[in-house]
Amino acid sequence: MTAVTLPSTSDVWQWLAEVPDPEIPVISLVDLGIIRDVAFDDDTLVVTVTPTYSGCPATAIINLDIERALHEKGIEKLRLERQLSPAWTTDWISAGGREKLKAYGIAPPVDGTAIDGILRQRVDRLSGRSNLTIACPRCGSANTEKISQFGSTPCKASYRCTDCLEPFDYFKCI
Amino acid sequence: MSAASNTAVSQTALFEFLTRMGDNALILGHRVSEWCGHSPALEEDIALSNTALDLIGQTQLWLGLAGEVEGRGRSADNLAYLRDARDFRNVLLVERPNGDFGKTLMRQFLFDAWHFLMLKALCGSTDKRIAEIAEKATKEVAYHLDRSRDLIIRLGDGTAESHRRMQEALDDLWAYTGELFIGDALDAELVAAGIAPEPESLKPAWDELVGEALSEATLKKPSDGFMHKGGKRGLHTEHMGFILADLQFLQRAYPGATW
Repeated sequence: MTAVTLPSTSDVWQWLAEVPDPEIPVISLVDLGIIRDVAFDDDTLVVTVTPTYSGCPATAIINLDIERALHEKGIEKLRLERQLSPAWTTDWISAGGREKLKAYGIAPPVDGTAIDGILRQRVDRLSGRSNLTIACPRCGSANTEKISQFGSTPCKASYRCTDCLEPFDYFKCI
Repeated sequence: MSAASNTAVSQTALFEFLTRMGDNALILGHRVSEWCGHSPALEEDIALSNTALDLIGQTQLWLGLAGEVEGRGRSADNLAYLRDARDFRNVLLVERPNGDFGKTLMRQFLFDAWHFLMLKALCGSTDKRIAEIAEKATKEVAYHLDRSRDLIIRLGDGTAESHRRMQEALDDLWAYTGELFIGDALDAELVAAGIAPEPESLKPAWDELVGEALSEATLKKPSDGFMHKGGKRGLHTEHMGFILADLQFLQRAYPGATW
């Protein structure tokens, strides 16, 4: 009987880095920051995944895509685990992922735009202290305006560039 | 919330609490989803659908845990599709009909303000599973509240017609807000175990949050008079049966149907 050689976890990370997000195929699941852990439990590969939004319809597809990709690489024993805490944050989107989003026409999340302190944000807005700008991913202009806090997928907001007039998606901070 | 304690909480109380949280999200999510394809503007249609989606996602977490706690093999889907009206534990506010766009937004705002404060408090729950769901949901609900607050201000302080409609919506819905803050024996059990906050304890912050927005919206806050209640105990309004007829039709007509 020959011993089964298990791949290294870094190989698995590499494979997962090639699995695209089903909604935004220019970035991978690893770029998105939703793969929280890769480990072996005896000879079973355990991949820990965290959802972006609790109701995101892509979650089920993502699990299927992970299973398919890893089976193709010869993984036979696989277990997917859901991890809710710490809750996913856009801070986990990789630097490379942000560049890819921008090139694809989606403005990447800007630090400090998360709505975790509604009061603070409101105070900033009223006092005009908020100087956060979401740059247009097409022309780079900082003259943009929010159309709606909710966009084409749960993770995005709708914005418009007031210079080139293009509407665009903004990957909102959570 | 009281300091963490090790007081054991009965499985029944925990199950009831989880269905209260889950059913609020489910029924409001269903109501909001009724707008899909009917909103006054495309952006609003998308925003309402996204809000509904978040709420249904949260429902899966709450009811999933409820089924687990109950230990009778009922999944979130079973609980959503196969219980009758008397077994639902949502507050009456969320089953109110949508009315016009303004009324839907007013209902959303009154609920979001409570939901946000409740989830914030639950982040400190002694039950780790509840704290984790709350942590996830808080981020989403913060966006719901930001949007509903913004819109009720714009519509309240808008045209004479939008102002009139928002005031009417507020006057009509106000009597359904009291139930959010009325505790019962079950709540007391959870409070003692440090699992959930006392419902009444959320009222001052809610009053402040709501009062501030209403005044900015130039709307007159109704006085706290008679309040409808019963939803938390399964006593619903006549609307509940119609909601379930729509929500549960497929599983009732074709048991076990899947995508």
